[in-house]
Amino acid sequence: MSAVKEFKRPDGRKPDEIRPMEAKVGIVPNADGSAMFSFGDTIAIAAVYGPKKMHPQHQQNPEKGTLRCTYNMLSFSVTERIRPGPNRRSTEIGKITEWSLDPVVMIKKYPNMVIDVHIHVLQANASTRCAGINAAALALAHAGIPMNDIVSSISIGKLDKQLVVDLDKDEEDWEEGEGATDIPITMTPNGDITHIQLDGKINSKVLKEVIELARIKTKEVYEVQKKALKDSIKEIK
Amino acid sequence: MVLQLQRKLKKMTKNKIERKIVIPGEIIAKGEDYLPGEGTEKRGDEIITTRYGLAEESNRLMKVIALSGIYQPRRGNVVIGRVENVTFYGWNIDLDSPEYAFLPLQEVPTYVNKDRLNDIFEIGDVIIAKIIGVTNRGIDLTIKSRGLGKIDEGIIIKINSNKVPRIIGKEGSMINLMKNESGCHITVGQNGLIWIQGDKIEDELLVKKAIMFVNEKSFTSGLTKEMKEWFNKEKQK
Amino acid sequence: MKTTNLTGERIKQYLDEGKRFDGRKPDEFRKISVETSVSKKAEGSARVKIGKTEVLVGIKMDVSEPYPDSPNEGKLMVTSELLPLSSPRFESGPPRFPAIELGRLIDRGIRESKFIEFDKLCIKKREKVWGVFIDIYSINDDGNLIDAAGIGALAALKQVKLPKYDEKNEKVLHGEWTNKKLPLSKDIPIITTLYKIGKNIIVDPTLEEEDVSEVKITIGGTVEGAIFSMQKGNSKKISIKDFHKVLDLADKIRKKFFTSIEKFLK
Repeated sequence: MSAVKEFKRPDGRKPDEIRPMEAKVGIVPNADGSAMFSFGDTIAIAAVYGPKKMHPQHQQNPEKGTLRCTYNMLSFSVTERIRPGPNRRSTEIGKITEWSLDPVVMIKKYPNMVIDVHIHVLQANASTRCAGINAAALALAHAGIPMNDIVSSISIGKLDKQLVVDLDKDEEDWEEGEGATDIPITMTPNGDITHIQLDGKINSKVLKEVIELARIKTKEVYEVQKKALKDSIKEIK
Repeated sequence: MVLQLQRKLKKMTKNKIERKIVIPGEIIAKGEDYLPGEGTEKRGDEIITTRYGLAEESNRLMKVIALSGIYQPRRGNVVIGRVENVTFYGWNIDLDSPEYAFLPLQEVPTYVNKDRLNDIFEIGDVIIAKIIGVTNRGIDLTIKSRGLGKIDEGIIIKINSNKVPRIIGKEGSMINLMKNESGCHITVGQNGLIWIQGDKIEDELLVKKAIMFVNEKSFTSGLTKEMKEWFNKEKQK
Repeated sequence: MKTTNLTGERIKQYLDEGKRFDGRKPDEFRKISVETSVSKKAEGSARVKIGKTEVLVGIKMDVSEPYPDSPNEGKLMVTSELLPLSSPRFESGPPRFPAIELGRLIDRGIRESKFIEFDKLCIKKREKVWGVFIDIYSINDDGNLIDAAGIGALAALKQVKLPKYDEKNEKVLHGEWTNKKLPLSKDIPIITTLYKIGKNIIVDPTLEEEDVSEVKITIGGTVEGAIFSMQKGNSKKISIKDFHKVLDLADKIRKKFFTSIEKFLK
């Protein structure tokens, strides 16, 4: 592991160091539940509306409720303006977010209904989907939706041969050696995986190490989420 | 035998959990001595929270008092709603809940001319009603009891239905205090809509302010006493 | 839930006594706060809160061909999104009228005032000019999004630093900035909206008050009294007498409003 010490990340972090995290619930008073979550410069907000009746009626599912997530980046959240409105990337991330959260949301309780989760990235410096999922999990709990766990998300990266956590934009663009591999992962506190994606180049052996690193690191994320929810009730005596 | 019981009692008092803030997925009790109540579920021999709120134990029953979430309609609930549409058979009522609510014309205590349902209630009117049934089609309402029917004057405010018990207080202590201090008539719908009517608009707004105060401070103990002081201060303004 | 007729009646009765539910006077704004640089990736950005209402405004700059009828002038594009995140009343999908209206009102307020000196944004006549993209997002709607967006646009415009431009390759170097500010004139367009409720005219309505209002009039103008843009909204009529009242009040309001937001426009 001597390589760990020598390895220099562009922003000077240690390989297993997450950027400063911040979380807060109740940021959108109109919503049934809401939250913000940030990894350094990457800031995501989420709001939950529902459960409410699904419209149009033909989309209603009498067996269980529907979790519907949308993900969008504000046009000025990146250096080159994004045209407002959905695109293929945001549609996919919306779906990925649904899959990340579905296993912990007790959606069976709400047949024919829909829970809307709206996620927006205000400022992007990579790992936006992870910040979005973390904010969404908080917003769902804040909205009083029955859940059997909170999920926590983090990106693990491989820069050349070095594993790092919480990739930023400079690292995403890493070109030396084997280049950058980006692996966003979402887990329950028990270590069950609800979401994993991968772009880059890796093998199974290293990927297993990645999972183990994610298991440890999502716990740090979880603690930040937990504190945000608990801190929002102050008046208890 | 006695020793065994003593040991069990000791264990119970030791494990006794006071009200504490919980998030979904927390273990709040272990062992066979406890039963899972509202907002919790059993996982192995552990009791896990499934809601964000306050965990409480009474007589070995573990439950979570939710702070947020949708209104769960129950038979016998008195609710307040807004006439959304007038149909041939009755009125659709918006209870600010995901379920459809309907007041059939048979449930109105006076004779109704089928062609002139508009004479009784029109769109935008606000009524107090009682739930007589909850089916998978929705909520059925009646106004055939004392104190039910159309509201002619006053203001309507909205809080989360989960906080209604706090606004009412122990055996109505809180709501009675508010009534006495303001001289207003107050009806709290179980769905979170509240009707306030007084001689002066100032009085109604004072109650509104008081309710919002309690709404935010929902989890302080000794709230009724605090409320009394609040009224004294407000009246001196 | 939309404000009930019952509450609406009370709002009107109380206004007839010159009072509002939250204790404000008819011509009084809620507390305004502005925070700039909400996105480091933007050329300029601002978060505006008026009471519980919140909007985010961001500005990006890009280079493109000028419009044929103004070959040596920069371009302005204002879009707005009423995010479903910000209210149970806003739905997903293509922008509906209220979102388009909001963008248009801010666009005209800024454009017509000539606040942005477009002739200074020309790089090469008929070929390359700077375009200013103002994007407005609602975060929480508790009434008066228009005025909040107006302040946000001004605060963000004041922040703008021009991106670097590679003249040789005719390319904008996104993410790299110069120290050059956006050329702005002294005619700061203050966009205020007045609402008629019964026989009363108010400013900065809460959502409840907006629900019961009959007519709204948005005016863009300066503290000195110049008016650059105006639009009457909603399908109710207004008498000439009331309209005069609106104009007189608007002149007064703009001055007061400007004093309260001036510190955010540095």
